Amino acid sequence: MKYREDRIYQTIGHIVMIIMTLFAVIPIVLLFISSITDNDTLIRNGYSFFPEKLSLFAYEYVLKTGNAVPRAYMISFLLTICGTSISLVITTMLAYTLSKKKLPGRNIITFLIFFTMLFNGGLVPTYMNYTMVFNLKNTFAGLLIPMLLMNGFNVLLMKSYFVTGVPEEILEAAVIDGASEFKSFIHIALPLAKPIVATIGLFTAINYWNDWMNGYVYLTRRTDLYSIQNLLNRMIQNIQFLTQNSSNISDANVGLASIPSVSVRMAMAVLGILPIIIVYPFVQNNFVKGITLGGVKG
Amino acid sequence: MKSKEKDTQRKSMTWKRFKRFIPLYLMALPGFIYVFINNYMPLPGLVLAFKNFNVKKGIYGSDWAGLKNFEYLFKTQDAYIITRNTIAYNVTFIIVNTIAAIAVAIILAELSGRLKKLYQSAILLPFLISAVIVSYLVFAFLSTENGFINNTILEPLGLENISWYTEKKYWPFILVFVNTWKTVGYSCIIYLATIIGFDRGYYEASIIDGASKWQQITKITIPMLKPTIVMLTLLAIGRIFYSDFGLFYQVPQNSGPLFPVTNTIDTYVYRGLLELGNVTMSAAAGLYQSFVGFVLVLSANLLVRKVDPDSALF
Repeated sequence: MKYREDRIYQTIGHIVMIIMTLFAVIPIVLLFISSITDNDTLIRNGYSFFPEKLSLFAYEYVLKTGNAVPRAYMISFLLTICGTSISLVITTMLAYTLSKKKLPGRNIITFLIFFTMLFNGGLVPTYMNYTMVFNLKNTFAGLLIPMLLMNGFNVLLMKSYFVTGVPEEILEAAVIDGASEFKSFIHIALPLAKPIVATIGLFTAINYWNDWMNGYVYLTRRTDLYSIQNLLNRMIQNIQFLTQNSSNISDANVGLASIPSVSVRMAMAVLGILPIIIVYPFVQNNFVKGITLGGVKG
Repeated sequence: MKSKEKDTQRKSMTWKRFKRFIPLYLMALPGFIYVFINNYMPLPGLVLAFKNFNVKKGIYGSDWAGLKNFEYLFKTQDAYIITRNTIAYNVTFIIVNTIAAIAVAIILAELSGRLKKLYQSAILLPFLISAVIVSYLVFAFLSTENGFINNTILEPLGLENISWYTEKKYWPFILVFVNTWKTVGYSCIIYLATIIGFDRGYYEASIIDGASKWQQITKITIPMLKPTIVMLTLLAIGRIFYSDFGLFYQVPQNSGPLFPVTNTIDTYVYRGLLELGNVTMSAAAGLYQSFVGFVLVLSANLLVRKVDPDSALF
């Protein structure tokens, strides 16, 4: 009796979860299939899971040199790598300092970091600050610096990891043995904090890869600095953008008609998700752990 | 003489003690400078909400306008619409998301077998996709000319095509659906971790007493989840004045006819600043959001602290 009931529950559970899984994955599958669908077929028959005619032309077109796409892709990678490394360096160093209980002024600094989680000026003052004081408009720094480089939440999360996960006695022993603060941070504290560094690094990297807002707000003329997300964003607004940005004039001359607009857009979107899908299986456990760690307080 | 010596000794002790910390301060410096630049330097700019902004005169040189900007903002329909949309969507998101997340968490906790891991990975995937690409995915389904729904579902059924991006009546549902799709995998993780942490003894005892699976769920799991639910909900209520800009701006593709149901405080501030050049209105709405948001975060946290001090932010 119990056994049967359990089996019913298992069956229902699997069915519900299979439906949920399909819902989660199907849009991505549709995106992928339409990126390898022949453009005319796509325009005639619409998006379909079983297209009449397949074609890799969209990818050929997108990956052709002189095109805006490979460039934007490089910028996305560069941005993600720079952003994540700088972010991790400044976040860990600040968090480590704040984890020192004897540090004079520790409470004030911690409060100043914490307060940023409660109150922020919002878009208008931030924009004014970065454009009028720092002139970040139309620079790579405009993609890199505003909002994303460090956040109070990560600092405090890492600080509490240092407090609980790195025993003070070991660090003090190292200092007595003549190690400098910086050395004991690099050689003792950091290796012990690897899990949290990896988790925060992962979240930061995803944020950078996915960010379109900074480019949208701060890059008004320098479209050559567009990340793949900005390019995608621009494309959906304006298909002609690609023609205008092709360095090859004859390309532009072939005219809008021959541009495989729909499938090209889809191919670009596939390229936009691709790194995440490739990395996802390897980082998934770390990711789930990170959410559990931060989620309660998030 | 002796006391003076002691004094200098003490001074050199504090200096020595302080000196020990210099490397630490230096390590903190880059991060601290960033917080200062990114979070504190903009704050004086909030006065813009009380000014008649004049580009030539700059933020601080512009003339004072008192509360006129706010008066003007709240006289328009916009203030009502953006506040209503922001709060109504967030409330709906909180309700739908919590129910969906708990349901999924309970199912996943009960399931056995290798597939469980696969399910969890799959439903978390949408959370990692950028808002721009989500708007592509949605467009593939909703595009009027060749979208999947119009072409493959409505047409064969002999139904008329729907111009999704101009018909506002569908969008509350679409946005709630997309939001749930995107976040359920994320929000179920915390509930799942909590359920897995429960003492199995309760369940074993209930089985001996002849409880059915359904009874276990309604009489044990859900009541025991209550503190987590209350806490996460309160934290979400603290953020009720902020909206997911990408969801409301990208997914409806900034389509004008949809504004009455897609305009939130965040999109309003953005459009005012960068599309319409209405900087002062934007600044006023931004300050309104920051201020009410601050009050809400504080109050939510006070409540959380009463429920579960460990989960409170402070």
